[in-house]
Amino acid sequence: MTASAHGPTASEYVVHHLTHLNTLGGPQKDIVDFSVINLDTLFFSVLLGGLTVYLLYRAARKATSGVPTRFQAAVEILVEMVADQAKGVIHSAESRKFVAPLGLTVFIWIFFMNAMDLVPVDLLPRIWEGIYVAAGGDPHHAYLRVVATADINATLGMSIGVLLICIYYNVKIKGFGGWLHELFTAPFGSHPLLYPVNFLMQIIEFLAKTLSHGLRLFGNMYAGELIFILIALLGGTATVLGFVGHVLAGTAWAIFHILIITLQAFIFMMLTLVYVGQAHEGH
Amino acid sequence: MNLNATLIAQLVVFFILGWFTMKYVWPPIVKALDERSAKIAEGLAAADKAKADLALAEKKAVEELRKAREEAAQLRAAADKQIAKLMEEARAEATRLIAQAREAAEQEARAAVERIKDDLREEVARLAVAGAERILRREIDAKAHAELLANLKQELV
Repeated sequence: MTASAHGPTASEYVVHHLTHLNTLGGPQKDIVDFSVINLDTLFFSVLLGGLTVYLLYRAARKATSGVPTRFQAAVEILVEMVADQAKGVIHSAESRKFVAPLGLTVFIWIFFMNAMDLVPVDLLPRIWEGIYVAAGGDPHHAYLRVVATADINATLGMSIGVLLICIYYNVKIKGFGGWLHELFTAPFGSHPLLYPVNFLMQIIEFLAKTLSHGLRLFGNMYAGELIFILIALLGGTATVLGFVGHVLAGTAWAIFHILIITLQAFIFMMLTLVYVGQAHEGH
Repeated sequence: MNLNATLIAQLVVFFILGWFTMKYVWPPIVKALDERSAKIAEGLAAADKAKADLALAEKKAVEELRKAREEAAQLRAAADKQIAKLMEEARAEATRLIAQAREAAEQEARAAVERIKDDLREEVARLAVAGAERILRREIDAKAHAELLANLKQELV
Protein backbone atom coordinates (compact mmCIF):
# COMPACT_ATOMS: atom_id res chain seq x y z
CA MET A 1 0.00 0.00 0.00
CA THR A 2 2.74 2.39 1.01
CA ALA A 3 4.32 2.00 -2.39
CA SER A 4 1.18 2.86 -4.35
CA ALA A 5 1.25 5.94 -6.52
CA HIS A 6 -1.09 8.13 -4.54
CA GLY A 7 0.54 7.20 -1.22
CA PRO A 8 -2.11 6.87 1.49
CA THR A 9 -1.61 8.66 4.76
CA ALA A 10 -0.75 6.60 7.82
CA SER A 11 -4.31 6.91 9.02
CA GLU A 12 -5.73 5.75 5.69
CA TYR A 13 -3.30 2.81 5.67
CA VAL A 14 -4.30 1.67 9.15
CA VAL A 15 -8.01 2.06 8.52
CA HIS A 16 -7.73 0.21 5.24
CA HIS A 17 -5.98 -2.66 6.97
CA LEU A 18 -8.60 -2.84 9.68
CA THR A 19 -11.56 -2.97 7.32
CA HIS A 20 -13.07 -6.33 6.57
CA LEU A 21 -13.85 -7.72 3.18
CA ASN A 22 -17.59 -8.09 3.67
CA THR A 23 -20.75 -8.42 1.66
CA LEU A 24 -21.19 -4.64 1.74
CA GLY A 25 -18.00 -3.96 -0.19
CA GLY A 26 -17.10 -1.22 2.27
CA PRO A 27 -16.89 -0.51 5.99
CA GLN A 28 -19.89 -1.59 8.02
CA LYS A 29 -21.78 1.44 9.33
CA ASP A 30 -23.92 -0.09 12.08
CA ILE A 31 -22.40 -1.65 15.18
CA VAL A 32 -24.67 -4.67 14.82
CA ASP A 33 -25.94 -5.71 11.41
CA PHE A 34 -26.72 -9.36 10.89
CA SER A 35 -27.33 -8.97 7.17
CA VAL A 36 -23.58 -8.48 6.69
CA ILE A 37 -20.99 -11.22 6.69
CA ASN A 38 -17.20 -10.86 6.76
CA LEU A 39 -15.99 -12.90 3.80
CA ASP A 40 -12.29 -12.68 4.72
CA THR A 41 -12.82 -13.94 8.28
CA LEU A 42 -15.05 -16.72 7.06
CA PHE A 43 -12.62 -17.70 4.32
CA PHE A 44 -9.54 -17.91 6.52
CA SER A 45 -11.45 -19.44 9.40
CA VAL A 46 -12.88 -22.22 7.25
CA LEU A 47 -9.60 -22.70 5.38
CA LEU A 48 -7.55 -23.05 8.57
CA GLY A 49 -10.27 -25.09 10.24
CA GLY A 50 -10.15 -27.42 7.24
CA LEU A 51 -6.36 -27.57 7.50
CA THR A 52 -6.65 -28.40 11.20
CA VAL A 53 -9.06 -31.28 10.77
CA TYR A 54 -7.20 -32.47 7.68
CA LEU A 55 -3.93 -32.73 9.60
CA LEU A 56 -5.62 -34.34 12.57
CA TYR A 57 -7.51 -36.71 10.29
CA ARG A 58 -4.30 -37.73 8.55
CA ALA A 59 -2.71 -38.48 11.91
CA ALA A 60 -5.80 -40.40 13.02
CA ARG A 61 -5.90 -42.46 9.82
CA LYS A 62 -2.34 -43.62 10.24
CA ALA A 63 -2.43 -43.95 14.02
CA THR A 64 -1.00 -47.27 15.13
CA SER A 65 0.08 -48.60 18.46
CA GLY A 66 3.50 -49.34 16.99
CA VAL A 67 6.43 -46.97 16.73
CA PRO A 68 4.95 -43.57 15.79
CA THR A 69 6.28 -41.30 13.07
CA ARG A 70 7.35 -37.82 14.13
CA PHE A 71 4.12 -36.34 12.83
CA GLN A 72 2.05 -38.90 14.65
CA ALA A 73 4.06 -38.36 17.82
CA ALA A 74 3.53 -34.60 17.58
CA VAL A 75 -0.23 -35.01 17.24
CA GLU A 76 -0.21 -37.55 20.04
CA ILE A 77 1.57 -35.10 22.32
CA LEU A 78 -1.19 -32.57 21.66
CA VAL A 79 -3.89 -35.17 22.18
CA GLU A 80 -2.32 -36.29 25.45
CA MET A 81 -1.95 -32.70 26.58
CA VAL A 82 -5.61 -31.89 25.92
CA ALA A 83 -6.78 -35.24 27.31
CA ASP A 84 -4.85 -34.66 30.52
CA GLN A 85 -6.21 -31.14 30.92
CA ALA A 86 -9.74 -32.35 30.20
CA LYS A 87 -9.40 -35.14 32.74
CA GLY A 88 -8.38 -32.57 35.32
CA VAL A 89 -11.43 -30.32 34.97
CA ILE A 90 -14.24 -32.50 33.56
CA HIS A 91 -15.01 -35.49 35.69
CA SER A 92 -17.57 -37.07 33.40
CA ALA A 93 -15.92 -39.45 30.93
CA GLU A 94 -19.03 -39.30 28.77
CA SER A 95 -18.79 -35.51 28.40
CA ARG A 96 -15.06 -35.70 27.71
CA LYS A 97 -15.80 -37.74 24.60
CA PHE A 98 -17.08 -34.56 22.96
CA VAL A 99 -15.41 -31.76 24.90
CA ALA A 100 -11.84 -33.06 24.77
CA PRO A 101 -11.79 -33.45 20.96
CA LEU A 102 -13.43 -30.05 20.69
CA GLY A 103 -10.69 -28.60 22.88
CA LEU A 104 -8.01 -30.16 20.70
CA THR A 105 -9.54 -28.79 17.50
CA VAL A 106 -10.13 -25.38 19.03
CA PHE A 107 -6.53 -25.21 20.23
CA ILE A 108 -4.97 -26.03 16.88
CA TRP A 109 -7.53 -24.07 14.89
CA ILE A 110 -7.07 -20.91 16.95
CA PHE A 111 -3.32 -21.39 16.85
CA PHE A 112 -3.42 -21.47 13.05
CA MET A 113 -5.74 -18.46 12.83
CA ASN A 114 -3.51 -16.53 15.24
CA ALA A 115 -0.42 -17.58 13.31
CA MET A 116 -1.74 -15.68 10.29
CA ASP A 117 -0.48 -12.65 12.20
CA LEU A 118 3.06 -13.78 11.43
CA VAL A 119 2.48 -13.61 7.68
CA PRO A 120 3.89 -10.23 6.51
CA VAL A 121 1.10 -7.79 7.13
CA ASP A 122 0.90 -6.49 3.57
CA LEU A 123 1.54 -9.71 1.69
CA LEU A 124 -1.90 -11.24 1.38
CA PRO A 125 -3.80 -7.90 1.17
CA ARG A 126 -1.45 -6.85 -1.63
CA ILE A 127 -2.05 -10.08 -3.56
CA TRP A 128 -5.78 -9.64 -3.01
CA GLU A 129 -5.55 -6.07 -4.27
CA GLY A 130 -3.90 -7.35 -7.42
CA ILE A 131 -6.68 -9.87 -7.98
CA TYR A 132 -9.37 -7.32 -7.14
CA VAL A 133 -7.99 -4.72 -9.53
CA ALA A 134 -7.51 -7.34 -12.24
CA ALA A 135 -11.17 -8.19 -11.82
CA GLY A 136 -12.02 -4.53 -12.45
CA GLY A 137 -12.39 -3.35 -8.84
CA ASP A 138 -11.31 -0.14 -7.19
CA PRO A 139 -8.02 -0.72 -5.28
CA HIS A 140 -9.36 1.43 -2.44
CA HIS A 141 -12.06 -1.13 -1.86
CA ALA A 142 -9.75 -4.15 -1.91
CA TYR A 143 -10.12 -4.86 1.80
CA LEU A 144 -8.70 -8.00 3.38
CA ARG A 145 -7.96 -9.00 6.94
CA VAL A 146 -6.19 -12.31 7.30
CA VAL A 147 -6.28 -12.86 11.07
CA ALA A 148 -9.69 -14.38 11.69
CA THR A 149 -9.27 -14.24 15.47
CA ALA A 150 -8.74 -10.48 15.27
CA ASP A 151 -12.40 -10.31 14.21
CA ILE A 152 -14.70 -10.05 17.20
CA ASN A 153 -17.37 -12.02 15.33
CA ALA A 154 -15.13 -15.05 15.14
CA THR A 155 -14.07 -15.04 18.77
CA LEU A 156 -17.54 -14.27 20.12
CA GLY A 157 -18.96 -16.88 17.78
CA MET A 158 -16.73 -19.48 19.37
CA SER A 159 -17.29 -18.29 22.93
CA ILE A 160 -21.06 -18.36 22.36
CA GLY A 161 -20.56 -21.89 21.07
CA VAL A 162 -18.93 -22.72 24.39
CA LEU A 163 -21.85 -21.03 26.22
CA LEU A 164 -24.32 -23.23 24.33
CA ILE A 165 -22.31 -26.32 25.26
CA CYS A 166 -22.33 -25.20 28.89
CA ILE A 167 -26.10 -24.75 28.83
CA TYR A 168 -26.48 -28.15 27.16
CA TYR A 169 -24.45 -29.88 29.86
CA ASN A 170 -26.17 -27.91 32.62
CA VAL A 171 -29.49 -29.27 31.40
CA LYS A 172 -28.13 -32.73 30.69
CA ILE A 173 -26.44 -33.22 34.05
CA LYS A 174 -28.89 -31.43 36.36
CA GLY A 175 -32.09 -31.77 34.33
CA PHE A 176 -33.95 -28.69 33.13
CA GLY A 177 -35.71 -28.29 36.49
CA GLY A 178 -32.50 -28.80 38.39
CA TRP A 179 -30.75 -26.18 36.34
CA LEU A 180 -33.59 -23.69 36.77
CA HIS A 181 -33.51 -24.37 40.48
CA GLU A 182 -29.79 -23.67 40.53
CA LEU A 183 -30.28 -20.47 38.51
CA PHE A 184 -32.55 -19.08 41.24
CA THR A 185 -31.03 -20.53 44.41
CA ALA A 186 -27.29 -20.25 43.82
CA PRO A 187 -25.00 -18.65 44.82
CA PHE A 188 -26.73 -16.96 47.80
CA GLY A 189 -29.19 -19.61 48.91
CA SER A 190 -32.80 -20.71 48.62
CA HIS A 191 -35.07 -17.89 49.78
CA PRO A 192 -37.82 -16.23 47.72
CA LEU A 193 -36.29 -12.81 48.40
CA LEU A 194 -32.97 -13.98 47.04
CA TYR A 195 -34.35 -15.50 43.82
CA PRO A 196 -34.01 -12.33 41.69
CA VAL A 197 -30.54 -11.58 43.07
CA ASN A 198 -29.37 -15.12 42.42
CA PHE A 199 -30.81 -15.11 38.93
CA LEU A 200 -29.18 -11.78 38.16
CA MET A 201 -25.84 -13.03 39.43
CA GLN A 202 -26.10 -16.17 37.32
CA ILE A 203 -26.93 -14.22 34.18
CA ILE A 204 -24.06 -11.82 34.84
CA GLU A 205 -21.78 -14.79 35.37
CA PHE A 206 -22.74 -16.40 32.07
CA LEU A 207 -22.45 -13.09 30.25
CA ALA A 208 -19.11 -12.25 31.81
CA LYS A 209 -17.69 -15.66 31.09
CA THR A 210 -18.76 -15.63 27.47
CA LEU A 211 -17.75 -12.03 26.78
CA SER A 212 -14.38 -12.26 28.50
CA HIS A 213 -13.73 -15.59 26.77
CA GLY A 214 -14.28 -14.10 23.33
CA LEU A 215 -12.93 -10.62 23.98
CA ARG A 216 -9.68 -11.82 25.53
CA LEU A 217 -8.68 -13.62 22.35
CA PHE A 218 -10.00 -10.85 20.12
CA GLY A 219 -8.22 -8.13 22.10
CA ASN A 220 -4.88 -9.87 22.07
CA MET A 221 -4.95 -10.63 18.39
CA TYR A 222 -6.39 -7.28 17.36
CA ALA A 223 -3.71 -5.44 19.32
CA GLY A 224 -1.04 -7.69 17.89
CA GLU A 225 -2.23 -7.09 14.36
CA LEU A 226 -2.37 -3.35 14.96
CA ILE A 227 1.22 -3.31 16.19
CA PHE A 228 2.34 -5.21 13.11
CA ILE A 229 0.58 -2.57 11.01
CA LEU A 230 2.30 0.22 12.91
CA ILE A 231 5.68 -1.47 12.52
CA ALA A 232 4.99 -1.77 8.80
CA LEU A 233 4.31 1.98 8.76
CA LEU A 234 7.78 2.51 10.23
CA GLY A 235 9.31 0.71 7.26
CA GLY A 236 6.94 2.60 5.00
CA THR A 237 8.76 5.83 5.78
CA ALA A 238 11.52 4.53 3.47
CA THR A 239 14.27 6.07 5.65
CA VAL A 240 17.28 4.32 7.14
CA LEU A 241 15.91 4.78 10.64
CA GLY A 242 12.50 3.49 9.59
CA PHE A 243 14.03 0.46 7.88
CA VAL A 244 16.24 -0.45 10.85
CA GLY A 245 13.34 0.17 13.20
CA HIS A 246 11.05 -1.99 11.10
CA VAL A 247 13.52 -4.87 11.05
CA LEU A 248 14.31 -4.69 14.76
CA ALA A 249 10.78 -4.06 16.02
CA GLY A 250 9.24 -6.47 13.52
CA THR A 251 11.63 -9.25 14.55
CA ALA A 252 11.17 -8.65 18.24
CA TRP A 253 7.40 -8.40 18.04
CA ALA A 254 7.09 -11.46 15.79
CA ILE A 255 9.19 -13.55 18.17
CA PHE A 256 7.17 -12.33 21.12
CA HIS A 257 4.00 -12.96 19.18
CA ILE A 258 4.86 -16.65 18.79
CA LEU A 259 4.38 -16.86 22.53
CA ILE A 260 1.15 -14.85 22.44
CA ILE A 261 -0.54 -16.82 19.66
CA THR A 262 0.26 -20.12 21.38
CA LEU A 263 -0.69 -18.84 24.80
CA GLN A 264 -3.99 -17.35 23.63
CA ALA A 265 -4.91 -20.56 21.81
CA PHE A 266 -4.09 -22.53 24.93
CA ILE A 267 -6.04 -20.16 27.18
CA PHE A 268 -9.10 -20.36 24.94
CA MET A 269 -8.95 -24.15 25.00
CA MET A 270 -8.40 -24.32 28.76
CA LEU A 271 -11.27 -21.95 29.46
CA THR A 272 -13.52 -23.99 27.19
CA LEU A 273 -12.70 -27.05 29.27
CA VAL A 274 -13.03 -25.18 32.57
CA TYR A 275 -16.41 -23.63 31.72
CA VAL A 276 -17.79 -26.97 30.55
CA GLY A 277 -16.37 -28.54 33.70
CA GLN A 278 -18.17 -25.92 35.80
CA ALA A 279 -21.41 -26.75 34.02
CA HIS A 280 -21.08 -30.24 35.49
CA GLU A 281 -20.79 -29.04 39.06
CA GLY A 282 -23.64 -27.88 41.20
CA HIS A 283 -23.25 -24.69 43.18
CA MET B 1 -15.16 -4.32 15.26
CA ASN B 2 -18.79 -4.52 14.26
CA LEU B 3 -20.97 -7.49 14.97
CA ASN B 4 -22.56 -9.26 12.04
CA ALA B 5 -23.57 -12.65 10.71
CA THR B 6 -19.95 -13.82 10.65
CA LEU B 7 -20.55 -14.64 14.30
CA ILE B 8 -23.21 -17.19 13.45
CA ALA B 9 -21.16 -18.65 10.63
CA GLN B 10 -18.19 -19.03 12.96
CA LEU B 11 -20.44 -20.67 15.55
CA VAL B 12 -21.59 -23.22 13.01
CA VAL B 13 -18.03 -23.90 11.81
CA PHE B 14 -16.96 -24.30 15.45
CA PHE B 15 -19.50 -27.06 16.02
CA ILE B 16 -18.79 -28.77 12.71
CA LEU B 17 -15.07 -28.93 13.44
CA GLY B 18 -15.71 -30.15 16.97
CA TRP B 19 -18.07 -32.82 15.72
CA PHE B 20 -15.62 -33.94 13.04
CA THR B 21 -12.79 -34.28 15.53
CA MET B 22 -14.98 -36.16 17.96
CA LYS B 23 -16.13 -38.54 15.26
CA TYR B 24 -13.08 -39.19 13.11
CA VAL B 25 -9.93 -37.92 14.86
CA TRP B 26 -10.06 -38.45 18.59
CA PRO B 27 -11.16 -42.11 18.87
CA PRO B 28 -8.48 -43.68 16.61
CA ILE B 29 -5.67 -41.65 18.17
CA VAL B 30 -6.76 -42.36 21.72
CA LYS B 31 -7.21 -46.01 20.83
CA ALA B 32 -3.69 -46.17 19.40
CA LEU B 33 -2.33 -44.47 22.50
CA ASP B 34 -4.13 -46.86 24.83
CA GLU B 35 -3.00 -49.85 22.81
CA ARG B 36 0.57 -48.65 22.88
CA SER B 37 0.38 -48.13 26.65
CA ALA B 38 -0.93 -51.67 27.02
CA LYS B 39 1.83 -52.97 24.76
CA ILE B 40 4.52 -51.18 26.70
CA ALA B 41 3.08 -52.41 29.99
CA GLU B 42 3.07 -55.94 28.58
CA GLY B 43 6.62 -55.58 27.39
CA LEU B 44 7.78 -54.32 30.75
CA ALA B 45 5.98 -57.14 32.53
CA ALA B 46 7.56 -59.66 30.16
CA ALA B 47 10.99 -58.16 30.79
CA ASP B 48 10.44 -58.38 34.54
CA LYS B 49 9.32 -61.97 34.22
CA ALA B 50 12.32 -62.81 32.07
CA LYS B 51 14.59 -61.24 34.65
CA ALA B 52 12.96 -63.24 37.43
CA ASP B 53 13.21 -66.40 35.33
CA LEU B 54 16.86 -65.73 34.68
CA ALA B 55 17.55 -65.25 38.38
CA LEU B 56 15.70 -68.48 39.11
CA ALA B 57 17.62 -70.35 36.42
CA GLU B 58 20.90 -69.02 37.76
CA LYS B 59 19.99 -70.16 41.23
CA LYS B 60 19.03 -73.55 39.87
CA ALA B 61 22.28 -73.81 37.97
CA VAL B 62 24.29 -73.00 41.08
CA GLU B 63 22.31 -75.59 43.00
CA GLU B 64 22.86 -78.21 40.30
CA LEU B 65 26.54 -77.44 40.20
CA ARG B 66 26.79 -77.77 43.94
CA LYS B 67 24.93 -81.10 43.82
CA ALA B 68 27.17 -82.38 41.04
CA ARG B 69 30.23 -81.38 42.95
CA GLU B 70 28.94 -83.13 46.05
CA GLU B 71 28.17 -86.26 44.08
CA ALA B 72 31.60 -86.24 42.53
CA ALA B 73 33.15 -85.86 45.95
CA GLN B 74 31.08 -88.77 47.18
CA LEU B 75 32.09 -90.91 44.22
CA ARG B 76 35.71 -90.04 44.73
CA ALA B 77 35.51 -90.94 48.40
CA ALA B 78 33.87 -94.26 47.55
CA ALA B 79 36.48 -94.96 44.91
CA ASP B 80 39.26 -94.10 47.34
CA LYS B 81 37.75 -96.42 49.86
CA GLN B 82 37.46 -99.18 47.26
CA ILE B 83 41.05 -98.67 46.20
CA ALA B 84 42.22 -98.77 49.78
CA LYS B 85 40.26 -101.95 50.32
CA LEU B 86 41.66 -103.56 47.20
CA MET B 87 45.18 -102.51 48.13
CA GLU B 88 44.67 -103.91 51.59
CA GLU B 89 43.47 -107.20 50.16
CA ALA B 90 46.31 -107.33 47.70
CA ARG B 91 48.79 -106.55 50.39
CA ALA B 92 47.37 -109.30 52.63
CA GLU B 93 47.43 -111.74 49.75
CA ALA B 94 50.99 -110.81 48.98
CA THR B 95 52.00 -111.20 52.60
CA ARG B 96 50.30 -114.53 52.69
CA LEU B 97 52.06 -115.67 49.50
CA ILE B 98 55.39 -114.45 50.75
CA ALA B 99 54.92 -116.25 54.03
CA GLN B 100 53.93 -119.42 52.21
CA ALA B 101 56.92 -119.17 49.94
CA ARG B 102 59.19 -118.54 52.83
CA GLU B 103 57.73 -121.49 54.67
CA ALA B 104 58.24 -123.73 51.69
CA ALA B 105 61.76 -122.45 51.17
CA GLU B 106 62.60 -122.96 54.82
CA GLN B 107 61.22 -126.47 54.73
CA GLU B 108 63.18 -127.22 51.66
CA ALA B 109 66.26 -125.69 53.17
CA ARG B 110 65.73 -127.66 56.33
CA ALA B 111 65.29 -130.85 54.38
CA ALA B 112 68.40 -130.05 52.38
CA VAL B 113 70.38 -129.40 55.55
CA GLU B 114 69.05 -132.60 56.99
CA ARG B 115 70.00 -134.48 53.87
CA ILE B 116 73.41 -132.90 53.79
CA LYS B 117 73.84 -133.64 57.48
CA ASP B 118 72.85 -137.24 56.84
CA ASP B 119 75.23 -137.42 53.94
CA LEU B 120 77.96 -135.81 55.96
CA ARG B 121 77.28 -138.21 58.79
CA GLU B 122 77.45 -141.14 56.44
CA GLU B 123 80.63 -139.72 55.01
CA VAL B 124 82.17 -139.14 58.44
CA ALA B 125 81.13 -142.56 59.54
CA ARG B 126 82.47 -144.00 56.38
CA LEU B 127 85.69 -142.03 56.79
CA ALA B 128 85.91 -142.97 60.42
CA VAL B 129 85.36 -146.56 59.57
CA ALA B 130 87.80 -146.26 56.69
CA GLY B 131 90.27 -144.58 59.02
CA ALA B 132 89.72 -147.14 61.69
CA GLU B 133 89.92 -149.84 59.07
CA ARG B 134 93.18 -148.45 57.95
CA ILE B 135 94.38 -148.28 61.53
CA LEU B 136 93.07 -151.53 62.71
CA ARG B 137 93.20 -153.34 59.41
CA ARG B 138 91.22 -156.41 59.54
CA GLU B 139 90.45 -156.13 63.18
CA ILE B 140 87.28 -154.48 62.46
CA ASP B 141 84.55 -156.22 60.68
CA ALA B 142 82.08 -153.81 59.19
CA LYS B 143 79.31 -156.21 59.71
CA ALA B 144 80.35 -157.15 63.20
CA HIS B 145 80.82 -153.67 64.27
CA ALA B 146 77.71 -152.22 62.50
CA GLU B 147 76.08 -151.52 65.82
CA LEU B 148 79.14 -149.68 66.98
CA LEU B 149 79.20 -147.67 63.81
CA ALA B 150 75.56 -146.82 64.06
CA ASN B 151 76.11 -145.58 67.60
CA LEU B 152 79.02 -143.55 66.42
CA LYS B 153 76.91 -142.09 63.65
CA GLN B 154 74.27 -141.22 66.20
CA GLU B 155 76.73 -139.40 68.32
CA LEU B 156 77.83 -137.28 65.39
CA VAL B 157 74.47 -135.68 64.97
